[in-house]
Amino acid sequence: MADLSNDFIGIKSPNPFWLASAPPTDKEYNVRRAFEAGWGGVVWKTLGLDPHIVNVNGPRYGAVWGADRRLLGLNNIELITDRPLRVNLDEIKVVKRDYPDRAVVVSLMVPCEEECWKGILPQVEETGADGIELNFGCPHGMSERGMGSAVGQVPDYIEMVTRWCKANTRMPVIVKLTPNITDIRYPARAAKAGGADAVSLINTVSSITSVNLDSFSPEPTIDGKGSHGGYCGPAVKPIALNMVAEIARDAETAGLPISGIGGITNWRDAAEFIALGAGNVQVCTAAMTYGFRVVGEMISGLKLWMEEKGHETLADFEGRAVPNVTDWQFLNLNYVTKARIDQDLCIKCGRCYAVCEDTSHQAISMAGPNGERRFEVIDEECVACNLCVNVCPVEGCITMEELATGAVDLRTGETVKPDHGDWTTHPNNPSRVAAE
Amino acid sequence: MTDRLTPGIVAGRRDARELVEAFADLHPPLTAHEARVAADRCYFCHDAPCVTACPTSIDIPQFIREISTGATRAAAKTIFDQNILGGMCARVCPTETLCEEACVREAAEGEPVQIGRLQRFATDAQMATGAQLNSRSALTGKRVAVVGAGPAGLACAHRLAVHGHDVTLYDAKNKAGGLNEFGIAAYKTVGGFAQAEIDWLLSIGGITLETGKRLGDGLSLEQLQAEFDAVFLGIGLGGVNALRAEGEELGGVLPAVEFIADLRQADDLSTLPVGRNVVVIGGGMTAVDAAVQSKLLGAETVTIAYRRGREAMSASEWEQDLATAKGVTIRHWAQPVRITGNGAAAEVEFEYTRSGANGLEGTGEIFRLPADQVFTAIGQTLNDTPEGLALEGGKIKIDGEGRTSVSSIWAGGDCATGGDDLTVTAVAEGRDAAESIHRTFG
Repeated sequence: MADLSNDFIGIKSPNPFWLASAPPTDKEYNVRRAFEAGWGGVVWKTLGLDPHIVNVNGPRYGAVWGADRRLLGLNNIELITDRPLRVNLDEIKVVKRDYPDRAVVVSLMVPCEEECWKGILPQVEETGADGIELNFGCPHGMSERGMGSAVGQVPDYIEMVTRWCKANTRMPVIVKLTPNITDIRYPARAAKAGGADAVSLINTVSSITSVNLDSFSPEPTIDGKGSHGGYCGPAVKPIALNMVAEIARDAETAGLPISGIGGITNWRDAAEFIALGAGNVQVCTAAMTYGFRVVGEMISGLKLWMEEKGHETLADFEGRAVPNVTDWQFLNLNYVTKARIDQDLCIKCGRCYAVCEDTSHQAISMAGPNGERRFEVIDEECVACNLCVNVCPVEGCITMEELATGAVDLRTGETVKPDHGDWTTHPNNPSRVAAE
Repeated sequence: MTDRLTPGIVAGRRDARELVEAFADLHPPLTAHEARVAADRCYFCHDAPCVTACPTSIDIPQFIREISTGATRAAAKTIFDQNILGGMCARVCPTETLCEEACVREAAEGEPVQIGRLQRFATDAQMATGAQLNSRSALTGKRVAVVGAGPAGLACAHRLAVHGHDVTLYDAKNKAGGLNEFGIAAYKTVGGFAQAEIDWLLSIGGITLETGKRLGDGLSLEQLQAEFDAVFLGIGLGGVNALRAEGEELGGVLPAVEFIADLRQADDLSTLPVGRNVVVIGGGMTAVDAAVQSKLLGAETVTIAYRRGREAMSASEWEQDLATAKGVTIRHWAQPVRITGNGAAAEVEFEYTRSGANGLEGTGEIFRLPADQVFTAIGQTLNDTPEGLALEGGKIKIDGEGRTSVSSIWAGGDCATGGDDLTVTAVAEGRDAAESIHRTFG
């Protein structure tokens, strides 16, 4: 029986699925519903100082859709909580009292002055919350006032504010990072230097989802104008995975606990984040698309997979993919594959042919011996780029087959070698290291 | 009260409300969202098999992609550039044996992209605006006579008009449309679509329609050749094959095409008489159209009898399934021997058949079906063959671009050799003949 219980920097929850700081965690009403649905924890939507901020009164969200209007990406221009601080604190307190087994972490965003942080931290502590998350991530609105991503983009500020918080509270401190920077390792290192217990990432990506071609204004449009928002949902998952991996494998931040965020929609996404080093995950867009019930599938799916694979606890596979993330220069150039098309599965759409012929290496032939519609790989031309696999609409129809040691790559005429050989030792590399 | 059990051939077996429901659109139009979803299933194949399968070679992946991006008018243009009767073809094409049969998703999961319905979505949207997407080139002063205002003639006339030539379009009937108007089951082209499409098509300008003009009856080829720079014949097949069975002269026995034409022209289907027990002899689309519509009108029993097996029927499997789903019985391997009755048909006597060493042969075993109405649907023939034109297999012989044996005369559609007797094939032949005529004008 797989055990999904989670201990993240000492904060315990029955499963690793937390709701991220966002509209779903803005109020007691929502959070109670979330806990009833089975969520392991919440990060309460970001609190700020009074007077509370206000939100726009027009649309707050924009979207990118796939087929059948499936939501692929969501963008928002909503700010932090727009309710008085006292109201939120009171609600947090009763929710934590009623759900002691669930994680309740409070997101905070106040100006970069130590007095502001000193003022709010005891009030949060008094609620009995399990920890705090510093919102250094929101890329819209608050950043114009010197908060959110405006802090997250300056490692020195991250370190400074983190230190203030560690000095003024006993609660664990999670630093939430913005992806709107060049190299995620620098803010992560700063958080660690400031004494952070963990980082969480990614916050949303600065974005304009679309332009209204009648009014020529960005969506969502407020009285004919638009402002960039923060992008999230399935579309940002690859960006988030990479940033999580970068921190997990960086020598300076290795071992720093990570709460993974970014487009997690199902158990599989969550498992991938955990395999790349996340200690738990936070979800928002999936809940905002389908409602809180999605956690049911996340729990059952993850449990089933863990049982099938023999993982008894989350720790059994946490970080297992990290050692396999490497630099390009260390990839084995002696690993040779060729595309193979399963003629029984092929439905003859010809997309592999079109893309290979037009945009790649002219490595797929179209006509069979009797002029019939038959697609085959030309080994002499195939560089194994994988594009045909990616565009084929039939899963498993085109695969990449490894050439065995000793086989001849018909494209290069070279025999496949048994040993590892990468760019660092390649003769074409002017700065190669000596082979011995 | 008249109902399905009333003997003889009578009107009003079902009330008007039931009939409206029974004859409703077979494939209702897609909504915009349905169209987007359906369009998204298209894989945008390379050298797409659906295009190859389309007699008019519409760039199907292109128009479906245009629909998926909301560029519906661009989709309509892609269709109409190849097939100006794309609206009708979207309704009546046996897509299950053409584009949709070739669709790779049919191969993949037995569920093709709904090409026909998507085509209807795009063409309906454009036609609803009333605007044509073509305009005429500079006028050439050339004049062409197009005889027959069916799909072939209409397509030919339109393409000639686009090229700047003037067209006089003749038809023997009192209105244009040919089989689009007088053939084809009513539930495939509801709401007066055939005439609306003709009005829209003719709005290109330069086409003068003259109805009630039949070749050989006040209209002669010589006269047309003398008056016009070129002539196109799209006269269809005006005759029907005789049953050659005893009793075919009895009352209640008539060609299925006549029944279908009467039905298409009826303002009120509750006034259209139909038998209690209807037998349709034949195995093509005409047989299915007549049988299904008889059933929908309220006949108690309708049987299609075909002398060979299921796979030999020229009606597609989909059409056969439609017939049986509507309550029609299909009997294979049965040939009519005689129709009996006292002045009017009462019964049809069949002999079972089988495939023998020398082709089809009777087994000697007989069965009888009650029948107060018998429709023959065993093929149509060229009527009143125009003199001086070489024929082949009973049709006007044409080459790959529609030229007959006489220079200055082109032909296409069902009256001519070439492809299948389908609306879409007729459109392709009319269009291609127009291009051929245009080329000879230099």
